[in-house]
Amino acid sequence: MPAPPSSVSARPDRGASIDARGPPGSSTRGSPARARVGLFVTCLVDLMRPTVGFAAVKLLEEAGCAVAVPRAQTCCGQPAWNSGDSGNARKVARGLIAAFEPFDYVVAPSGSCAGMIRIHYPELFAGDAEWEPRARALAAKTHELISFLADVRGMTRVAARLPSSATYHDSCSGLRELGVKRQPRALLATVAGLELREGKEAETCCGFGGLFCVKYPDISAAITDVKTDDIAATGANLVLAGDMGCLMNIAGRLKRRGSGIAARHVAEVLAGMTDVPPIAGD
Amino acid sequence: MESSAGRFETNARAALATPTLQAALAKLADGFPARRLEAAERLPEFEELRDAACAIKEHVLDHLDVYLETFERRVAANGGEVHWCRDAEEARRTILDICRRVDARTVTKSKTMIGEEIAINDYLERHGIRPVETDLGEYIIQLRREPPSHIIAPAIHLSLAQVAETFRGSHADLPPERKLNEPDALLAEARAKLRPDFLAADVGITGANMLIAETGGNVLVTNEGNADLTHTLPRVHIVIASIEKIVPTLEDATVILRVLARSATGQDITVYTSFCSGPRRPGDLDGPDEYHVILLDNGRARLLEGEFRDMLRCIRCGACLNHCPVYRAVGGHAYGWVYSGPMGAVLIPALIGMHEARHLPNASTLCGRCESVCPMRIPLPRMLRAWREQLHRERRGSFLARLGFSAWASVASRPGLYHAIMAPLIRALGNLAGAGRSFRRLPFLGGWTAARDFPAPEGETFMTLWAEAERKRKPYADLRVSCEGTPTDVKGARP
Ligand code: SF4
Repeated sequence: MPAPPSSVSARPDRGASIDARGPPGSSTRGSPARARVGLFVTCLVDLMRPTVGFAAVKLLEEAGCAVAVPRAQTCCGQPAWNSGDSGNARKVARGLIAAFEPFDYVVAPSGSCAGMIRIHYPELFAGDAEWEPRARALAAKTHELISFLADVRGMTRVAARLPSSATYHDSCSGLRELGVKRQPRALLATVAGLELREGKEAETCCGFGGLFCVKYPDISAAITDVKTDDIAATGANLVLAGDMGCLMNIAGRLKRRGSGIAARHVAEVLAGMTDVPPIAGD
Repeated sequence: MESSAGRFETNARAALATPTLQAALAKLADGFPARRLEAAERLPEFEELRDAACAIKEHVLDHLDVYLETFERRVAANGGEVHWCRDAEEARRTILDICRRVDARTVTKSKTMIGEEIAINDYLERHGIRPVETDLGEYIIQLRREPPSHIIAPAIHLSLAQVAETFRGSHADLPPERKLNEPDALLAEARAKLRPDFLAADVGITGANMLIAETGGNVLVTNEGNADLTHTLPRVHIVIASIEKIVPTLEDATVILRVLARSATGQDITVYTSFCSGPRRPGDLDGPDEYHVILLDNGRARLLEGEFRDMLRCIRCGACLNHCPVYRAVGGHAYGWVYSGPMGAVLIPALIGMHEARHLPNASTLCGRCESVCPMRIPLPRMLRAWREQLHRERRGSFLARLGFSAWASVASRPGLYHAIMAPLIRALGNLAGAGRSFRRLPFLGGWTAARDFPAPEGETFMTLWAEAERKRKPYADLRVSCEGTPTDVKGARP
């Protein structure tokens, strides 16, 4: 049973460096006030890979944020939304909105969950006099972790070290809904000892697609094979991504095919928390 | 065309197990997207052009009746005729009537997806008229009696060897020892075979990439020039087009042409771009005596109002197919009808009904790449989701899945209960995994473990570990914010 990583219980050390002024429009500009961030851990990180949650806390604190994790969070409702069940999606989403309303920012270590809130909550509650404005307000302050660190908090480097070679998979929602592309690469480039290798198919879907991969396992596997072949072709030892869904899919397929390539969430590497075994690895 | 969309899963499985198809699809995925990207990058105003093209089509959809009627008047003024057809049957009958009136025996055709939609070839054949496809890809699949597998590359699913075999089987009059191992040889043979038909044809049927209201004419783009021989040589030219193909002016047409080829094949412009202006005028050197436009609705007017309206902007470039991971895995035939890929998955349910097409909106990862490359910025994922909403409303999904979602939502909307259930469950799963850290098989997750291991959870949930960590943490003294966890604990928070 993994214990909570000790580095988290410590007060934020100044491992990472932040552009002192912060980027234009950021709340840190000219103000010493710390941003109050509500961390939306996401259901997959909560259940499958708590390390990612601790890595997120560490990075956010290094970026000068005060982090709280509301207990009243579960899931963003995306599985129901993508299955056409918006009634049940709303039921879950209302709880999340209420839990995170008091914060300056909502940050999630997942492009697809952040995208769900940012892009789809306003659609989900369109026309609802009470909830649409609340959904819109929440959407406006919700961010994917890595892009939040880089774009909003102005983080330019991290203190982590990992002698290895890695390729980064752009998960679809992060890339296409939120424009997460250069931020993780820029920060990963500052990890000591880490060599980044670009895959030709980095922007191609990994075949996860939420329930798609369970409904159409054959098609999903064929899509994932394009991805894992591409990862292998880079010669990297490690595949990184910002979404647990993609990572579990990619790691599970790599393992099934007997590949030795490890899979990790990008936040683990940026936070220097690579002591835990990789996803699906020993 | 007869549909097999209802058998999508079976079709897809067969496609995944066909090596020639898989090789062809891999090649397509390697070629088209890269060429599109190069073409887009060569043109600094490409993104603005996309916006302009969208705006033109949006404007047209707002005033569809006006432009269609203007078009009809212009066609009549040029000496042609517009035939309004509500559905496939009306369109087929109208075409047959024209063919019969001019006593047509042979009809040449250049590529038309609407022709596929109304299955005109079978119909003409059944009525004793010989349709001859003149686009090389269409010619090949006509010989093989197959539907197209891609809207712009109908025979993309075939290898060179398969085409050679088809030619040997169909062209029995040619010497069997001839060499057919080069694309050029195949092309030359198809040309030689098609030449007499071009000259003999009484009627030429073409599609239309666009109809132009201002001129009463139509635009055709090809890379083979076959469309020109199809519409200039026979006495009668029949254009089959659906109502949303209309654009106001020639200038509007050129804007759309500039994004069309770049999105489709990565060409700056297709090899041939032809503007047909109607029947031959006095003094014209060539052209048909008669010019007919079959204006087909077939369910499209219904889409104007509602969540699928944006689909009517589609210019059939095929970019969404070329960039779709699902299309790349299973090819076009798996979708079971005329169209395929993301645009097919949106359009097919609208045109042939949701019962038959129920799989298609679900068979997508919603990765969004289609929308990002669609020149007309059609929100294809949003529309796939809209179909899923409809499936859900009509209770067509599996009963168990519906039940599952309701149960899940009841628990997930009660965080206390949710965490109380999940923590021990995940702990147990973590313990079960042992040293391997992944499962090869899991009950209730057969769909997942069919193709991949299921990674084991670390063990404790984050929420459990966080509660422990929080007890040891010092609060943020400088902020006097307690981070016990509930948002109401955050001092100074907005209500
Ligand atoms: S939906 Fe867009 S990308 Fe697909 S064929 Fe139509 S215009 Fe092209």
